[in-house]
Formats: sequence, C-alpha cells, structure tokens
Amino acid sequence: MYTAKKEFKKRQIVNYIALFIACAAAALGLFWLVFILADVVRHGMASLSPELFLNEAVPPGMGGGGLKHAFIGQLLITLVALIIGIPLGVLGGTYLAEYGRNSALGRFISTLSDIMISVPSIVIGTFVYAVFVKPIGHFSGYAGALALAIIMVPVVLRTTEEMILLVPWELREAAFALGAPYYKVILQVVYRGAATGIFTGVLLAIARIAGETAPLLFTSFNNMFLTTNMNESMPSLTVTIYQYAMGPYDDWHTMAWGASFIITMFILVVTVMGRLIIHWKYKN
Amino acid sequence: MSVTMKREQWLDKSFCAITFGAAFLVLVIIVSIFISLFQESLLAIETFGFFDFVTGTQWDPVREIFGAATTLYGTLVTTLLALIMAVPVAMGIAIFITELCPAFLRPIFGTAIELLAAIPSIIYGMWGLFTFAPLMGEYVEPVLQNIFEPIPIIGHLFTGVPLGIDILTTSIVLSIMIIPFIASIVRDTFTQTPLQLKESAYGIGATRWEVVKDVMIPHAKTGILGSIIIAMGRALGETMAVAFVLGNKHSIATSLFDASATITVTLANEFTEADSDLYLSSLFYLALILLGMNFLLLALAKTFLAHKRNKV
Repeated sequence: MYTAKKEFKKRQIVNYIALFIACAAAALGLFWLVFILADVVRHGMASLSPELFLNEAVPPGMGGGGLKHAFIGQLLITLVALIIGIPLGVLGGTYLAEYGRNSALGRFISTLSDIMISVPSIVIGTFVYAVFVKPIGHFSGYAGALALAIIMVPVVLRTTEEMILLVPWELREAAFALGAPYYKVILQVVYRGAATGIFTGVLLAIARIAGETAPLLFTSFNNMFLTTNMNESMPSLTVTIYQYAMGPYDDWHTMAWGASFIITMFILVVTVMGRLIIHWKYKN
Repeated sequence: MSVTMKREQWLDKSFCAITFGAAFLVLVIIVSIFISLFQESLLAIETFGFFDFVTGTQWDPVREIFGAATTLYGTLVTTLLALIMAVPVAMGIAIFITELCPAFLRPIFGTAIELLAAIPSIIYGMWGLFTFAPLMGEYVEPVLQNIFEPIPIIGHLFTGVPLGIDILTTSIVLSIMIIPFIASIVRDTFTQTPLQLKESAYGIGATRWEVVKDVMIPHAKTGILGSIIIAMGRALGETMAVAFVLGNKHSIATSLFDASATITVTLANEFTEADSDLYLSSLFYLALILLGMNFLLLALAKTFLAHKRNKV
C-alpha cells in the first residue's frame, strides 16, 4: 500500500513536469512570434514617412529617398501573377473536385499539387530563368509574375478542390433533376456554394506570394527607378529589402525596415482575414 | 429541343476540357521543371558526373572546379539541427493545444502559431540579421563557449570566434520557421485519437501525460513522422532567411560558430553573377539536386500521411 502510494506520487510528479514542459514550449512559440513582430513594428514605425511611399530611390546618403518604384513594381508583378494564377487554379481545382473526382489521374494531380506547394521557391525561380529569361535574353517583370503564378497555382487549386468538395452532392442532384447540364450546375450552383471558400483560398495565396523573394531574384531582378514596362527588369519590395539590408548604408537599412513592416502587416491582415472568414462560414 | 441539347452537350464538353487542361497543367509544369533543370545542368553533369560532383569539396569559379559537398553539407547540417530543436517544441505546442489550452483560447493560440508560418522568410532574415544574430554573437554564444569549450570532443563544436552569423543562429531561425508546420499536423493527428482509447486509459488510472505518451503519440506516429519530413523539406528549401544569417562561406564547417553555405544561398547569391556556362550549369545542377531531394521527401511524407488517413 505504501509503495503504491509512493509510486502514484512519482507518476503525478512526472505528469506535472511533462505538462509544464508542454506549456513552456507553447510559451516559447508565442515568444518568438511576439519577439519578431514587435521587432518589425519597432523598426518599421521609426522608418515610416510619406517619402517612403512618394519618392523614388536617391543615391545613398542624400536622404529623402523612397521606395515608390518598388511598391509599384511589386503591385504590378503581383497583379499579373494573380491574373495568370487564379483562373488556372480555380479551373484546375474544379476539374479535380467535379469531372475528375473519381479518376486516378485526378487524384494523382491532387497529390502532385500538394508536393508542388512545397517545392522550394528558388527552384521555381531557376526554372523560369531557364525557360523564359534565358531565351529572351534579359530579365523581365513578366518572368517574375510567371514565377509567382506557378507558386500560387497549386495553392489555389487545392483549396478550390477542398472547398468544392464541401458543397453537398444533393445540391447538384437537385439541379440535375431540373435538367441542367453539368457545366451549368458547376457555374451556377457549385461555385455559388463554394464562393467564400474559394475566395479565402485566393486570399491565402496572395499572402503566400506577397512575401516571396527568392523566385524574383533572377526573373524580375531589380532596379532603382520607376518603371511600368513589364518587359524589362522590375523592382519589387522584397528584392529591394534584400539588396538594401545587405548594403552598407544606414538609410538603406531604415527603408528596408519600412518595407518589411508594410509587407508583414499586409500578410498578417490578409491571413487573419482569411482565417476569420473560414471560421465564420464553416463553424456555424 | 435537340439543337439546344447538342449545344449544351458541346458546352459541357468544352468546360470539362478547359478545367481538365488547367489541372493537367500542374503535371506539365512539374515535368518541365525536371526536364529543363536537367537540360541546363547537362554540361555540369557531363563534366563532373554525379558522384564526383556530390563529393567534391571545391567550389572555385576562377578555376572552374565545382563540387557540391560544401553546400550539401551546409544544407543538411542546418536542416538537421533545426529539426532537433523544432521537433520537441512543436510536440509540446501540439500537446498544449489539444490537452491543456482552454477551449475558447484554442483557435486563437492555434492561429498565433500558424502566423509564424505566414511571416515571409525575408522578414525572418531581416530580424535574424539585425536583431537576433547580434544578440547571439554578443550574449548567447560567448556563454555557450565558456560552458562547453573545455569539455573534450563536444568542445570542438564551440570553437572559433562567435559572431552570430553562423550555423547555430541559422538553425535556430530555421527551427522557428518550421515549428508551425510540425505543430499543426501533429495537433490534427492528436485530435483524431479515438475518444474511447483515451477514456479507457484514463479509466485504468493513467495520468494525463501517460495518456499523451502511451496512447496519443503511438496513435499519431505516422502523422508525426510525416510532419517531420514535410518540415525537413521546408528547411532544405528555405532561402532568404538563411541567406541573411549563414554568411555564405564554401567550406566544411566543424564548429557551430562557423559560417557556411547552403544550396539555396549559393543559388541566390551567385546565380546572376555566374559568368561562364559551366558555372551556371553547376548552379542548375545544385537546383536539380535540391529539387530531387525535396520531391522524394515530400512524396515520402505523402505516403505516410495518406496511410494514416486510410487507417482511420
């Protein structure tokens, strides 16, 4: 009896220690998040100014320079990437969830997309360099957009597939019973039911490509002036951050922090928004 | 009637074909990535072969001798160290969320951890370079050196001048980046543990930790393994964060305080500077090796995770 009690005490102590360690791990995870975000906010706030958005780059040391060129370049590249990536992803996801839902090829492509989501983004950059930049002989904003589109297609495709599969099959049957052909059922019933989910998938994909740097390094490359010609090298916020942070000038570092702040806030807002939409839509 | 029927049928077939084309494009892209990277690295493959390239420790653009051993070594060492540091923390987080966290806090805390995955790697790089590396170099690493350097054998790991731009800092930053991937998959598999199993364990007097250790972890082990492999793939391919804090030095480093280079950092730094065909081709060869490793790992993880899903 006595040893059993002692044994029980020991097990309880082990229990508390283990659970305490789990709590500590959770606190550590939260600590890193707060540490990083606070650091970005602290440095970012100090460097925010109207000039950051309104001025273009000036030679280092002169002061008063901004990142207008990088903001506009980033916007254009992302926009073109979305125009290519969203339709492809949504249509592909539609095939996997509807026409190809029982085919082996469909399942194979679905698995392949999951793997493709994890392909290192820099490898996508080298690929676009090989098939696009090298043949045309110069860096190009379109190449950067293409690289980002390739990265976002599997993301949009997989979320679209999952969201469409959540639409109850009976809804389709009701429409079939009225004599509607399959494509009309998809366009008018399925898409309507899955719209919020697909939209969320697009949001998360935007968040994913907004912070990508590696695939732009040798596709859209970078430059220091404002351009809207996407057929030449184009500045982007992320590549500019890399260049400025690695450079020796203090005002470059300040601007890099400003750009980091903007990108981080944008991505956090979009990500949290996406999660909230899913929460509201699918929890109730 | 039949005319509209025909038209509808035709429209339906075209819509099916369009969606199929979009889905099939994923396959086409993956295949063409492999083919084009292989084509571009053909020159390097013919010059160095596979075995000599992978074991070659020289990376000398001037004499045009390229070997991948140093970058492969840097990639694998940082990834392995990051995993060693990330797995226990991520497991702790998963246990906390499923077993200890009050229900109303669960989604908030879960989202907070997943935000760690949403922060782009260039931000990790900025933070690592300007805030974390100086902290490591000034405060943490000298203390570690004082404690561990006198100890034989493992003392070697702590030699050199601690500057903060080194393997240790990189591994810690990488570990923070992969924690959310492991934590969220493990959490999902934990929550799939059948309630009857847990209840019967509690029923015979098991403590909460014993339920976690003897019921939930064994039940989730394929999921855990799968998540670790996915995280490994992430760490292997991570570029920007590593580019900021690893120092890009082509050598086999034996101390945690040495700078090193990974495949990704080498690509990021040298791709646009490669001035000869062989140089560029060797870089493509590195990219191909990275892609191959990543693809194999992810396929492996998929089979683990699919296996688990079938069983439930």
